[in-house]
Amino acid sequence: MSRLLEVKGLETRFFTQDGVVHAVNGINYHLDEGETLAIVGESGCGKSVGVMSLLRLIPMPPGKVTAGQVWFGTGDDRKDLLKLSDDEIRQVRGNRIAMIFQDPMTSLNPVLTIGFQISEALMLHLGMDKEKARKRAVELLELVGIPRAAERLDDYPHQFSGGMRQRVMIAMGLSCNPQLLIADEPTTALDVTIQAQIADLVKRLRDEIGMAIIWITHDLGVVAGLADRVIVMYAGFIVEEAQVKELYGNPRHPYTIGLLGSLPRLDATREHRLSSIEGLPPDLIDLPKGCPFYARCNYRIEICATDNPRLEPVAPGHKVACHREVTRETPYTVEIEPAEVVA
Amino acid sequence: MTTFIVRRLLWMIPTLFAVALVTFIIMRSAPGGPWDTSAERRQVDASTQKSLNAYYGLDKPLWRQFVAYTIGDVNKKGTFVCGAICGNLGPSYRTRGRTVQDILFSPPADRPLWYSRFGYSIRLGLIALAFALIVGIPVGIIAALKHNSFADYVSLVIATIGISVPSFVMAIFMIVIFARWLGLVPVVPRTWDTITPWILPALVLGFGTMAFTARLTRTSMLEVIRQDYVRTARAKGLKERAVILRHMLKNALIPVVTILGPSLAGLVTGSFIIETMFGFPGMGRAYVQSIGQRDYSMIMGTTLIYAFLVALANLSVDLIYSFVDPRIRLE
Repeated sequence: MSRLLEVKGLETRFFTQDGVVHAVNGINYHLDEGETLAIVGESGCGKSVGVMSLLRLIPMPPGKVTAGQVWFGTGDDRKDLLKLSDDEIRQVRGNRIAMIFQDPMTSLNPVLTIGFQISEALMLHLGMDKEKARKRAVELLELVGIPRAAERLDDYPHQFSGGMRQRVMIAMGLSCNPQLLIADEPTTALDVTIQAQIADLVKRLRDEIGMAIIWITHDLGVVAGLADRVIVMYAGFIVEEAQVKELYGNPRHPYTIGLLGSLPRLDATREHRLSSIEGLPPDLIDLPKGCPFYARCNYRIEICATDNPRLEPVAPGHKVACHREVTRETPYTVEIEPAEVVA
Repeated sequence: MTTFIVRRLLWMIPTLFAVALVTFIIMRSAPGGPWDTSAERRQVDASTQKSLNAYYGLDKPLWRQFVAYTIGDVNKKGTFVCGAICGNLGPSYRTRGRTVQDILFSPPADRPLWYSRFGYSIRLGLIALAFALIVGIPVGIIAALKHNSFADYVSLVIATIGISVPSFVMAIFMIVIFARWLGLVPVVPRTWDTITPWILPALVLGFGTMAFTARLTRTSMLEVIRQDYVRTARAKGLKERAVILRHMLKNALIPVVTILGPSLAGLVTGSFIIETMFGFPGMGRAYVQSIGQRDYSMIMGTTLIYAFLVALANLSVDLIYSFVDPRIRLE
């Protein structure tokens, strides 16, 4: 498998009235052809901004990609997306890299038929005429499992349920056979049963079409069955990166350990209380000098307060940004009280 | 859809009846009457007044006059004469020999319908509305896209002037500047058959609506710009022009469409001050004159036509609405 995407030192800032928001702080990662990468983290940790920066979909102003390179493509085709002209990046958007978004209720245009919204990209990128695009749109809707697709082409988004709309979004994303599909929390706004359906659908389509996927979520449960590799983000930094089995079996960053510990398990005993990570992520306008997770970390030591650890390999394919060699068995150095973090 | 239209049309009857009643009460409680004498006009002596009152039925009790005007009454020969409900707006008291509908709707000899007083007013209203939309919507779009820029502030100043300065004040300034100082248009035109004399009244009349449309377009565009589906459209690789025209504008114009009806009605009916100031041969000027002359049937008739136009404009907006926004279904 050859390299499809390489993100180097990506840094995105928002220049607001309250100050500069450090949304993404120099992240590096890569993705191979046909690979599925999950980016995990809680709300506001820079996951969405990180991927939207790739396609330059950040609202500018106030947002700006201030540093970094985004190499996309294979062989001679490799280009830095951040250096492309507006016309060139438009050729990539929806064509070679497609995106689906979190809320299918608001991500489709309410006053345009779904047939039109799907055909639009087909006519733009593949040069199809109206007739051909409509035919292809029907095929795509059938592909994502929308019953009576041909009849529903002229329906408007409000005539579909949430799950169906997300299927339409996926059909739209897949319309031009992209090499990379970026799914920005595609299941977050849906019912649990529908979540599983959508995840299964994407998995099936990936196996059929063979595109690479970046799947953004804060739900580690969804990731387990879907991803090859996982990146954990916190406060705009990547704190851990590993193959999915390795990450679940042997998490090495205190934040990842906390996240996994807060997952409810069916096989847990009654006495086993669901743990949580106390406190809130740091203010991205005023980032602490040391490790961004310091205030909430049960394993912290002195150096963590002043020095932000770099992402270093701890095992083949496993990188962690932590000053200590923490595992699940490591005893706490401090017990974080809820009150302490709030104050 | 058809049921909706029929029901709305039927609802107009009680509405117009209420309008007629209120107008009748206010009109008859105002002092004076149609045969009032004034120094510069021919005197009407008491006996003539009495016979005129009898002829026009003004000697009957007020309630009967109202019923006679709106629904109908039996005349002296014993036949039933249908009133406003049948489209009979009565004889004008001041323009002898002509009925109200004749004055408003009949064009001068050998001229098409749009040369009637009604036609003139409709034309002026439509031109003013066209001006308001053609200028207002693009100004609003630009102001929203260039949010907080110089262009945005310029549009804000224009809009504030347009909304806060009354049209008659604007009219005076316009007449002084363009007709007196610059001499570009005549103050009182001899003929309304050319385009030049229409410019000022249409501009003055449409200015407020233009300002309001610009503000409304700007506000709703700013709201639409932040919507997720605009991001989706960009993520598809669409050109910025397509994003704005196809994906933003259609959504942003929904609120604008809602004010279209009241605006058009306001422009057609609200023009009586402007029409009087510019000596415009429309319905509005005739209306203002008829009030001064206590031409009762003329006041009633014109008011009813105005009310009917407002109701019709609102109905048509509801119909347009269902085309612009597919989420709205009329029942």
